[in-house]
Amino acid sequence: MQFFFEVLIGGLLSGVLYSLVALGFVLIYKASGVFNFAQGAMVFFAALTFVGFQEVLPGWLGLEPGSAVVFWLAFVLALASMVVLGLLTERVVLRPLVNQPHITLFMATIGLTFLVEGIAQGIWGANVRGLDLGIVDEPIEWLMDRSGILVSKFDLFAAAAAGVLVTSLALFFQYTRIGRALRAVADDHQAALSIGIPLQHIWGIVWGVAGFVALVAGMIWGARNGVQFALTFTALKALPVLILGGFTSVPGAIVGGLIIGASEKLAEVYIGPMVGGGIESWFPYMLALAFLLVRPEGLFGERHIDRV
Amino acid sequence: MLYREAGQFKTSYSADQQIFPILQDRYGYWVILAIFGVLVPMLASAYWLKAILIPVLIFSLAAIGLNILTGYAGQLSLGSAAFMAVGAFGAYNFRLRIDGLPFLVALILGGLAAAAVGVLFGLPSLRIKGFYLAVATLAAQFFIVWVLVKFPWFSNNASSGVITAQDVVILGYHFDGPQAKYVLTLAVVAALALAAKNLVRTATGRSWMAVRDMDVAAEVIGIRPMRAKLLAFAVSSFYCGVAGALYAYTYLGTVEPEGFNLDLSFRILFMIIIGGVGSIMGSFLGSAFIVLLPILLDNVVPAIFGNALGAGFASNLQLIVFGGLIIFFLIVEPHGLARLWQIGKEKLRLWPFPH
Repeated sequence: MQFFFEVLIGGLLSGVLYSLVALGFVLIYKASGVFNFAQGAMVFFAALTFVGFQEVLPGWLGLEPGSAVVFWLAFVLALASMVVLGLLTERVVLRPLVNQPHITLFMATIGLTFLVEGIAQGIWGANVRGLDLGIVDEPIEWLMDRSGILVSKFDLFAAAAAGVLVTSLALFFQYTRIGRALRAVADDHQAALSIGIPLQHIWGIVWGVAGFVALVAGMIWGARNGVQFALTFTALKALPVLILGGFTSVPGAIVGGLIIGASEKLAEVYIGPMVGGGIESWFPYMLALAFLLVRPEGLFGERHIDRV
Repeated sequence: MLYREAGQFKTSYSADQQIFPILQDRYGYWVILAIFGVLVPMLASAYWLKAILIPVLIFSLAAIGLNILTGYAGQLSLGSAAFMAVGAFGAYNFRLRIDGLPFLVALILGGLAAAAVGVLFGLPSLRIKGFYLAVATLAAQFFIVWVLVKFPWFSNNASSGVITAQDVVILGYHFDGPQAKYVLTLAVVAALALAAKNLVRTATGRSWMAVRDMDVAAEVIGIRPMRAKLLAFAVSSFYCGVAGALYAYTYLGTVEPEGFNLDLSFRILFMIIIGGVGSIMGSFLGSAFIVLLPILLDNVVPAIFGNALGAGFASNLQLIVFGGLIIFFLIVEPHGLARLWQIGKEKLRLWPFPH
């Protein structure tokens, strides 16, 4: 039983990381109806830019490597790059494709994935890099002594970061002027336009916010597994999360991430040995697929009504 | 001046329904086939045949498969490489387990195995569409590769699932040189491409297009979407499966499941986007484009910039160029190279007059 809880908690905490990536998808999908396949590439780009600035800034400005100033300066610069990337995407890719079928936009973001990956590696190189956030990846002693369950401090920190991020995003959406405009756009593009909400302006902001979420996700993932090309695959894991939670729901992304994270770890441990292991690679997709057949709109998604 | 149908009168229904209604196109088809079937194998070097022409043909076939599913039936798939893997491993196992099974029969059986798996993973398409379906096909992609790696039976207990294709023998003739393999690939691809070209203008092909354009309306006029979609999955996977078997037998010789990864699926998707969604001709153009572009970049970039940029730069540049081209084509010419070809033909019909 103790082992079960350990696996479950480990799964839930890694699910938090999936949720973080899925969150970026949901934000963009809600506001512009674009399924942004490039979110994973954006996570990679963000993490690589952050690490890259951390490496080059001390040399440029004569600062102490690893100091807090370098950290925050790199963070701000990486965030700025993400916002610029988002705005450019909106301007160059999405604006000419307005009113095209969803599937065209989806394919365009697949193209964008390759483009962003190429640019990121072209600028910063393809080496695997470590990312140090100053939190050690060791179990919490207090909990280990009491119940014998190993829970990493780092995972807990990641969960807390995700929690803060989601709460602040929810507050931002709920109580600010821009947040209200965002919700209006998400509800109905035309109605939002007719009451004077600048659509393209809003899309720019959404892509900027998605870039911010990508940066946070990239930093946490990067600190965990190193900043490397494999980060882009997290985006693929975020897809079943979205299906489970529903494309349009922020809480759905969180709950879906937790379910996927926990179930894939449990399946790997309990079902895996029966069939030769390594089922983590496809189990989330199969789970999502089975779920689709029962409830196509996801746990929290809006029921889709076809009007002929 | 030369390309004009003036004076060509159709006097029977069969003449009216030909695949190539214009005489010049009919001759052109045979001329192109003769050039690629006779002249090219005689003149081209072994490198050109092995590294460029054979893969272009094989990927064209896979692209036709994906085009049937995505371009004609409107169901986006990100799992075409997995269906290729089923075809390759299927053909290998049929030849391994059944003594004296002719190569072409094994090829078809491999394709049929892929078709069966395709129908299985196409079942969700009855309930879901768009990118939901894309995720469902991703499940196929990961699951099939995992099965082929994890169960050694499929690769005859080889380590990590690597298979070495048996010799290709048809009626006692050994196809072992690049020329022979090229001609064999060309024959299979040409026959299947012609079949596909024909298929998409039959009632089946039209029902696919009706489902693609609007499934509710298609149902109202009496098309069964379930049958149309599953048939599209079956035919598409058959084409991908045969392409995969050729990939193993005439191109690489030794394949592993990991070789049929998501990247390959994306490459095939790029072929149909750049070549032209919903066009058989476009599949060939797109495949040639995607195979030739990296080779061109590898040769041209060092010549211009020298070696100062390092080895990693070339692969990054390739990613950037691919990504950029996809976005460019989707925005500027959504119907791809095939549409440019068509515009060229329209212009040629009028040339040298402006109207």
